Amino acid sequence: MKHMTEEDLIAYREGVANERAGIAGHLAVCEECRAELERIEAVLAALDTLPVPDPGDDYGRRVWQQIAPRLPEKPKRWWRPWFEAKRLGALGAVAAMLVMAFLAGRITKRDRTSTTDVVGNREQIRERVLVVAVGEHLGRSEMMLVELSNAAPRDPAQKQVNISAEQRRAEDLLDENRLYRQTAMQEGDTALANMLDELERVLLDVAHSPEEVTPAQLEKIRQKIEAQGILFKVRVVGRELQERQKATTPAPAQHNSSRESERNKA
Amino acid sequence: MIRMQPSVENTQAIAQSDVVAVERTLAGDRDAFRVLVERHSHNVFRLAYRMTGNRQDAEEVVQEAFLRAYQKLGQFAARANFGTWVYRIAANYAIDRMRQRKKEEARKVEPARSEQGTENDPVSLVHDAAPTPERLAHNVELRKHMEIALAALSHSERTAFVMRHWEGCAIEEIAAVLKSSSGAAKNTVFRAVQKLRLALQPFVRRGTEARAMGTES
Repeated sequence: MKHMTEEDLIAYREGVANERAGIAGHLAVCEECRAELERIEAVLAALDTLPVPDPGDDYGRRVWQQIAPRLPEKPKRWWRPWFEAKRLGALGAVAAMLVMAFLAGRITKRDRTSTTDVVGNREQIRERVLVVAVGEHLGRSEMMLVELSNAAPRDPAQKQVNISAEQRRAEDLLDENRLYRQTAMQEGDTALANMLDELERVLLDVAHSPEEVTPAQLEKIRQKIEAQGILFKVRVVGRELQERQKATTPAPAQHNSSRESERNKA
Repeated sequence: MIRMQPSVENTQAIAQSDVVAVERTLAGDRDAFRVLVERHSHNVFRLAYRMTGNRQDAEEVVQEAFLRAYQKLGQFAARANFGTWVYRIAANYAIDRMRQRKKEEARKVEPARSEQGTENDPVSLVHDAAPTPERLAHNVELRKHMEIALAALSHSERTAFVMRHWEGCAIEEIAAVLKSSSGAAKNTVFRAVQKLRLALQPFVRRGTEARAMGTES
């Protein structure tokens, strides 16, 4: 008799098996598989004894009291953020950059006199456009993170620090960041894509923070930025992109790999 | 599975009422959001606690999940179930929190739990009418092993296990949180249970034997 695999039995126990009836039928006649299932169940039953603390009957009320002062006046409709003039402008600029990069590739593609040179040029132009755009984006991100890190109450007696300006900038940067990350992924620049992914998480955190924070909350945000070393990574990659921008010829493959390893180290 | 499954009528009534509360919130009635917070806080806390393994982080996850839900409420309008949606937001944030916590703990020299009081120790929360010294010792040992085994899972595995085994979430919900296919999510649940079994089976069996010996003596 062919026995059930551990995967089948776990899937059956967790209610995600495709062949549920078949497994049940087999278990009805196979003592060995039943014993195996019991062993799995014993482990899961032990885990079920791990308690979850009861936060108390008034927990929902307490959560509301804690978050209510941090809620903006009114949640935004899904389409509203995309139609804000500032964001439209930023997105338009990013889209224009990407279209330019794409067209640069298309135009050079038509001229096939020397395949190697054309491919080289096309890649070069495409990369240059991307490098300029991402370089500027990283510069703006760095500036925002530095300003946020240096934010302090204007008056020492003030209990709240207003970071709404940084928050709005983080929101704008987020949209650009997503586009650049996706482009970097498509271009196969995984190191850049990974760094942009990390930056995106930090930008998300900032964008979702309350507009006014206590010095303690601000310190927490600072620690988060510091813990991930994102400012350092942004600087390293930003400088590297500046170098790439200066260079007129595409860097040899071995240099690319050494740059990637430098970024990975960062 | 531990999650209490409400009746179909009850679930529909809550979902309907949630939709109304969401619409009212979007129309500018902040108190309507309070209803949603008070209704779903306990469930989100339970999920967050099981994912993060400590109360402080769980409470932070709950607050952040509702804040994010409020900020993105406009995107929810077309969705069917607020409870499922806020669960997903909480699970995503809990994964971020776990990653962050791991980095923080890696930087600390002393063990992370050394400063914690007994409040977060599951052993202190056990309600046993008459624990014998053997049973108590076994409970303490087993719980330690369970905590270690859970902490040793990857973030994806822990998330998949908590959401499926304890919270009874559909595989599609888990896949959405893990940003994977349903097949991959199912596989992650399997890997999690397999690892837990590998780590805990010797202690579970030994425990059964020890209990049997304790009753005989």
